Amino acid sequence: MSDPETIIHVKDLVKKFGNFVANDHLSFDVYKGEIFGFLGANGAGKTTAIKILCGLSSPSSGIVNVAGFDAYKHTEDIKRNIGYMSQKFSLYDDLTITENIRFFAGIYGISRKVIKSRTGELLEQFGLTDQRNTLISALPLGWKQKLAFSVAVFHKPKIVFLDEPTSGVDPITRRQFWELIYDAASKGITVFVTTHYMDEAEYCNRVTIMHEGRIAALDTPQRLKEQYKVSNIYDLFLQIVR
Amino acid sequence: MKTIIYIVQKEFLQISRNKFLSRAIILIPIIQMLVLVYAATFEMKNIKICFVDQDKSTSSVSLIEKFSASPFFKIEGLTDNIEEAKEKIARNEADVVCLIPPKFSHDLTTLKSANIQILLNSINASTAQLSLGYCNAVIMSFSGEIIPHQVMVGNIPPSIAVRTRHWYNPDLNYKIYMAPGILVILVTVIGWLMAGMNLVSEKETGTIEQLNVTPIKKYEFILGKLIPFLIIGLIDLAFGMAIAHFLFKMPIEGSLLTLFVFAAIYLVAVLGIGLLISTVSNTQQQVLFVSFFFVMVFILMSGLFTAVENMPGWGQKLDLINPAAYFIRVIRMVLLKGSGFADISKELISISVYAVIINALAIWRYRKTV
Amino acid sequence: MNRFSAFIIKEFRHLLRDFRTVIIIFGIPVIQLILFGYVINTDLKNVRIAILDLSHDEISTALTNKLLSSGYFKLDNEIQSESQIEPLFRKGKIKEVVVFEKDFGKNFLRTSNANLQIITDASDPNTASLLENYTQNIVLDFVKKSSEPNASLPITVEHRMFYNENLSSANMFVPGTIALILMLISALMTSVSITREKENRTMEVLLVSPLRPIQIILGKVIPYLLLAFIDALVIVGVGYFVFGVPVRGSVVLLFSICLLFILLALSIGITISTIARTQQVAMLISLAGLMLPTILLSGFIFPIENMPKILQWVSVLMPPRWFLLALKDVMLKGVGITYIWKEILIMLIMLATFIMISVKKFKIRLE
Repeated sequence: MSDPETIIHVKDLVKKFGNFVANDHLSFDVYKGEIFGFLGANGAGKTTAIKILCGLSSPSSGIVNVAGFDAYKHTEDIKRNIGYMSQKFSLYDDLTITENIRFFAGIYGISRKVIKSRTGELLEQFGLTDQRNTLISALPLGWKQKLAFSVAVFHKPKIVFLDEPTSGVDPITRRQFWELIYDAASKGITVFVTTHYMDEAEYCNRVTIMHEGRIAALDTPQRLKEQYKVSNIYDLFLQIVR
Repeated sequence: MKTIIYIVQKEFLQISRNKFLSRAIILIPIIQMLVLVYAATFEMKNIKICFVDQDKSTSSVSLIEKFSASPFFKIEGLTDNIEEAKEKIARNEADVVCLIPPKFSHDLTTLKSANIQILLNSINASTAQLSLGYCNAVIMSFSGEIIPHQVMVGNIPPSIAVRTRHWYNPDLNYKIYMAPGILVILVTVIGWLMAGMNLVSEKETGTIEQLNVTPIKKYEFILGKLIPFLIIGLIDLAFGMAIAHFLFKMPIEGSLLTLFVFAAIYLVAVLGIGLLISTVSNTQQQVLFVSFFFVMVFILMSGLFTAVENMPGWGQKLDLINPAAYFIRVIRMVLLKGSGFADISKELISISVYAVIINALAIWRYRKTV
Repeated sequence: MNRFSAFIIKEFRHLLRDFRTVIIIFGIPVIQLILFGYVINTDLKNVRIAILDLSHDEISTALTNKLLSSGYFKLDNEIQSESQIEPLFRKGKIKEVVVFEKDFGKNFLRTSNANLQIITDASDPNTASLLENYTQNIVLDFVKKSSEPNASLPITVEHRMFYNENLSSANMFVPGTIALILMLISALMTSVSITREKENRTMEVLLVSPLRPIQIILGKVIPYLLLAFIDALVIVGVGYFVFGVPVRGSVVLLFSICLLFILLALSIGITISTIARTQQVAMLISLAGLMLPTILLSGFIFPIENMPKILQWVSVLMPPRWFLLALKDVMLKGVGITYIWKEILIMLIMLATFIMISVKKFKIRLE
């Protein structure tokens, strides 16, 4: 098997806020097409790291390359090639599904014709064709999250970053969400996802466990369980943080 | 470029769905035009005047009658006790006391100069001065009627007949003067405050992050926030002008094109200031307070109520960076005097430079990467 | 009691931590005082005028010199014909033109009837009025001085300005600034602060705590009360030392009135916070419903007597109107409580009303 292509390269990433070190010498690589998970408790530094990778925040020091671009000087190039979805917000509540898609896709330079046809497909796929003019605020949270993900990958980016995308959502919807993630990955989109749901780790190709700003573990879920002699990721996590 | 169109589209959709905002856009011009213009007046009527008539002659009674016939005064009392009259001032029952001394008519008929004393409550210095001016006018008119009598006695003093013509506002209608100024306030508030609060509320809700992660350019974002409020501001200006024109007959002497071109550039400038403030603020409260502060200073110094020429030198220099000062000058010149592009060329250039600099600052200050 | 004081201290810390807002709170009155005290001037001096002298004789020249040396006028231009007036007005260069007719001097001495025209740019009617007045007075004085000793003017007027001999505008604006700032701090900030707790849901946390509702409200309100009071002191001080605005009446009475108004404004702020669901709404109600009317309808800048009846009625409902009347009377006239009992009574009634309303609304919320 040929060497997998590295699409994100991070070496000794440090991010400080005053004296507080949020990211302490992180080093990892993400390969093209994989589903890469970032696990950890709240405050472990996951959101800080993902914001740096998205170009929303500048690193304090270290090497950070995303999609072949340097995260210090070429953040705008990075942004052209990625998608993003956060737990805090994703779609505008006071716009309809179609209006949201048209807006975000338009910014990424997708032509009107393509937007129209792809929107139609998307709505059909979700069975929401007759809801095309419903305001997002009228939809339940689960639908919002799934739609938000679809909007994030609408322009077929190289990488999509998901920051705690399934927070507050029921288990069935979470399963459906992950199906969307698999679908995206199968189309060649690299998925970088942070979460504090331990069971979601099993769905990733490789998983990183963050603890107090450092990477405590990084490998495939299977190998980690063998290494730490546990049967699930939750127990693994407990071991690491003790 | 196309991105800007998408942003503007989104902004308009959101504004139209924001019940509060869309109502405000209609109501604010109406309220400002109705309430502000009627309230903000220095027109004097009903000056409360109390007479102390110690002469009680036909002359003194004629004088009092002259005041009574004047639309500016309202007689609040007639007494011969000066202490009583002074007490009326202390109790805010009279603004002015006119003291006619006992030898009044005697002096008039024997051609000595008759004396009158006027006491004024001058806590409000400007109204006191105006009141004094009106008193003098009535008294002078009364004097004028007396001179023919004197002529008969043989002394013809040289005199000058003064005729006054008030151009552009012959009725001295204060509303015509204030209405354009109020329009400036209207446009400034809508532009500055609303645009600024709008941007910072994206920061507060976190929607700005979703935008920052896209390839959207800084200038596209700022322009996208600018254009909708520019359009709304101009519409509200037109709306306010219509109300002023039909309600108080505010004249529209000059070219509307001239006015709206200037207004558009002015709006770009003040919107820019609002956006600049929100790029450095994090909460709506901060934007509100800082904006309120600057808007207040700018409007007070703009020449809305008091002439810019009366300000001390350093005040006038400060006005060079006060966009409202430019607009107040121009709107009065264009609406009331019919000034054209050539007449306002200096102000036009100044405000354009201002607009460019401020918006460049706002774009520079806005950070997509923190 | 300990819980309560801890709560108050926390509220203070909160307040002081929002540095920007605190600066503005002290900045606004200072800047406003500077503006009103030094910059905004309703006196007219050195107003640019043009002279159209069709006569050019000794008399017209003498009168012209008299006008120009009065301090009110400054010569911008000597024009030759009336057609030059319009463009000068259009450009906004001059505010008045004085026109001497042909043979002015001859007419003055021989037929006792020389004609002088004043043409004003009356787009600003007040200035035009005042300029007309000044010009007429100077002309009158000229006539008086050049007439023979036997002839004299029928009536001479002497005037005295009470309470404000220097015609200082500060005497109007310092009290007005006090009213504005007290309203800003006590009503606007309080309502926003309480509403913010509601919006962030921390209010529920407070209500579940051992603190009694009255303690919560008092705790929120006391820091602003102190802030407002200090601000009032500062403004009166600056007014006195910098602008010479006197405090002729009793200082105790003065600050009691301020305290009464602060309490009234606080009660209004609390009432607003029981109505508003979000900060934005609280801010807008306070701004549009309180601050703006304070500036416009309280008699702060514009005399109430000149407003249309409807607005005068609205002004009656405005607390700052009564506060200003009482304040100015005490500061500038030096009167005692017997003169301002009406204003104080009205403020007390308003205070009681707003307290009742907010207590009722608060109780409803709790149920």
